[in-house]
Amino acid sequence: MTRFLVVLTTLLFASSALAAPSDPSRETQELAGTTAPQELKDLFYGEALYHAFQGDWFDSIARLDTELGQFHGLDEPELDSLFPHVHQAEFAVGDFELAYRMHQRAGRAISAVIEGKVEEPVRNRAIYRLARLYFRKEQPVNALHALERIKGEVPADLRDHLAFLRAQILMTNGRPAEAALILRELQGAEDYEGFATYNLGIALMRDGHPLEGRQYLDRSGRIDSAVPATLAIKDKSNLVLGEKLLEEDLFEGAKLVLDRVRLSGSFSNRALLGSGWADAFQDRFERALVPWTILSEREITDSAVQEALLAVPYAYGKLGVYSKAALLYGRALQAFGTEVDKLGASIGSIREGRFLQALVREELKQDANWVVKLRNLPDTPETYYLLDLMASHDFQESLKNYLDLEELRKKLVVWEGDLSAFEEIIRLRRAYYQPLLPQIDRHFRQLDSQMRLRLEQRDHVEKRLQALLTAPRPDSLATGEERILKEQISRMEQALTADGEVASGEFGARIRRLRGVLDWKIHTDYDRRLTEAHHHLHDLNRHIDALQKQYSAFVRVRQAATQSYQGYDGVIRRQRHRIGEARETVTTLMARQGHILEEMAVNELSSRRERLAEYQIKARFSLADSYDRAARAEGLKKVEP
Amino acid sequence: MNKVWRCFPFLMVMLVVGFTAFAAEISKEQMKGLDEQVQEIKGDVLGIAAELYQLEEKLLYPSDTQVAVFISLAEDEEFRLDTVEVRIGGQPVANHLYTFKELEALQKGGVQRLYSGNITTGDHVLQVTLTGKSKGGSDIQKTENFTFSKDVGPKIVEITLAEKSLGFKDL
Repeated sequence: MTRFLVVLTTLLFASSALAAPSDPSRETQELAGTTAPQELKDLFYGEALYHAFQGDWFDSIARLDTELGQFHGLDEPELDSLFPHVHQAEFAVGDFELAYRMHQRAGRAISAVIEGKVEEPVRNRAIYRLARLYFRKEQPVNALHALERIKGEVPADLRDHLAFLRAQILMTNGRPAEAALILRELQGAEDYEGFATYNLGIALMRDGHPLEGRQYLDRSGRIDSAVPATLAIKDKSNLVLGEKLLEEDLFEGAKLVLDRVRLSGSFSNRALLGSGWADAFQDRFERALVPWTILSEREITDSAVQEALLAVPYAYGKLGVYSKAALLYGRALQAFGTEVDKLGASIGSIREGRFLQALVREELKQDANWVVKLRNLPDTPETYYLLDLMASHDFQESLKNYLDLEELRKKLVVWEGDLSAFEEIIRLRRAYYQPLLPQIDRHFRQLDSQMRLRLEQRDHVEKRLQALLTAPRPDSLATGEERILKEQISRMEQALTADGEVASGEFGARIRRLRGVLDWKIHTDYDRRLTEAHHHLHDLNRHIDALQKQYSAFVRVRQAATQSYQGYDGVIRRQRHRIGEARETVTTLMARQGHILEEMAVNELSSRRERLAEYQIKARFSLADSYDRAARAEGLKKVEP
Repeated sequence: MNKVWRCFPFLMVMLVVGFTAFAAEISKEQMKGLDEQVQEIKGDVLGIAAELYQLEEKLLYPSDTQVAVFISLAEDEEFRLDTVEVRIGGQPVANHLYTFKELEALQKGGVQRLYSGNITTGDHVLQVTLTGKSKGGSDIQKTENFTFSKDVGPKIVEITLAEKSLGFKDL
């Protein structure tokens, strides 16, 4: 029964689940599947990428949504600078939404890319993303359906990731044989060194080939590598294999395998515990003491260490050293009591909200390894107890939601302030422009009518000059003085011939001569005068152009002046209302999400506390038992010679 | 008695596991529903952000006077960019100190909108000063002047930074 308990306990903590690389840089690498184009033609798209490459998903999505929205509203989108990148941009939006964990929208965006006119490699990459999204959302059937749509060319950098994902999905769908076939092909894949072998071992065991499965676990447990992720899977392989061998009473083999686990790795504690039991089950308690003693001196918050605190005196008891056993049971009891009190205080601290406060501290978010940093927070010792919980998918998703909500809350607060600033700007502009504009408008109207009159005159002159080119009329180019002289001559002529006859005699001849001279001058000078008139018109047109430019500039500025303070009230009111509603929603969701996080933490700590209480009971009984035996042994010594 | 207390821990563990599983079941449903609501509010806030961008642009940077300065890194540049300062018409308008994340984003091909503002129509002198460190460790400081003309409509300029020189594109 004890053996079964041990096996059950260790199995609870070393499940033979699938393992996939969870290196943050790999995650970033996969997200960087949205890369900058070779030749960037649209700077605003580049700006969205700038935010995305820093992990500022909100800003990148907001930027890209705006750009795509404007693009799709254009009459001639093919002329826009975003046109060469539009497919990539639409794919990128889905990618960024995925990274920002807006899975519903991401799924739609990526599906739109898949349905759209894109090249095969782009489509297949999108399908891979979609399948991975479904898999992470625990929808393995949808994930499989998505993968079945992959056709044709798959990007070279994606092939191994796709194969591994397919194997994971098949395993989850209860098809380990097919998964095993894929994982066999992946054995040489550099990105999955160790992981492919480990998962193949698990697949084979699930497919009813335990011996072959164990061989692969053994192989992944012997990998020679310096890569931290590979070393971690190596340790996990040895731990899982060791547990399997313990289960089947193959203690020597289990011991050999468990002793391969690194002393400094995250699986070390469980391996040390299992290694000790492998010896203990063979009644080799002295040997069992070696790993258990190492373990018992480690951080007491670990459950394997807590079990070792009982296992060590148990071994001493088996070796007949009852006094030592009693002493160690006493120490264990004291340690458990302290931890139980700590856990009680931690639960209280969580209920007071200090756990959540620690989680939203700024410096944590700067580091991809924030989970590790949490254990060092001085104000919240309970975070050390919660490392397993905090590494779990559910907790991480909940925490990310909480942090995202906090970011949204801050943005909404800033935006509310911005709206007040906008209103102030508008007020100042209105106060400045409103008194000035009526007078300006009046003056402008006067100038406008003058200008229109002059433009009409100019048009008239131009028309007349054009007409003169085809039907010359020298008289129309007579100067003012010449016109007056002509008038005078006509009057004189009229005076001389009161009855209408032609004037005769000396005066008549003189008048005719004068008229002739005048006409001669007008006619002979006509060409020069016409040319000069055209030059003057050309000069006038230059000034007219400058005038019209100034006129247009004034109209624009006048419009801008009005637009600088009119037409915003409705928009600002609407935004204020939306922001207010969003803030309320965010506050409510934060409270609920925070509550869930606290409940998860409290549940975890409570279960730890209950387990420790159980250990305390066992320790008390064992302590009493050890004292009895020690006392009896002492008594026997005194009696025997 | 021995057998009883040996079974007791096992029973306790099963009780704890059972309790945890029961609590986890409730939490999973709650979490799923809450997750969907969080996604929904993200979408709403993104919608607000989009409208606010447009309002801000229209109110603060009318198209007739708008100017935007974008910064990008030339391809394969390995120097460490520390700061960039921009002046227009002799007046400082933007000054930025780069974090590692920002530098990495530029190296991957991202483009930073360093400055948005307003200027009058006509010719303007844009002065860009960059400081940094070369791959070998020596200090870099470069200043260059560019002229551009502002007409009616938004003006966008792109500055491409490289260790040896600065590029300028008037778009």
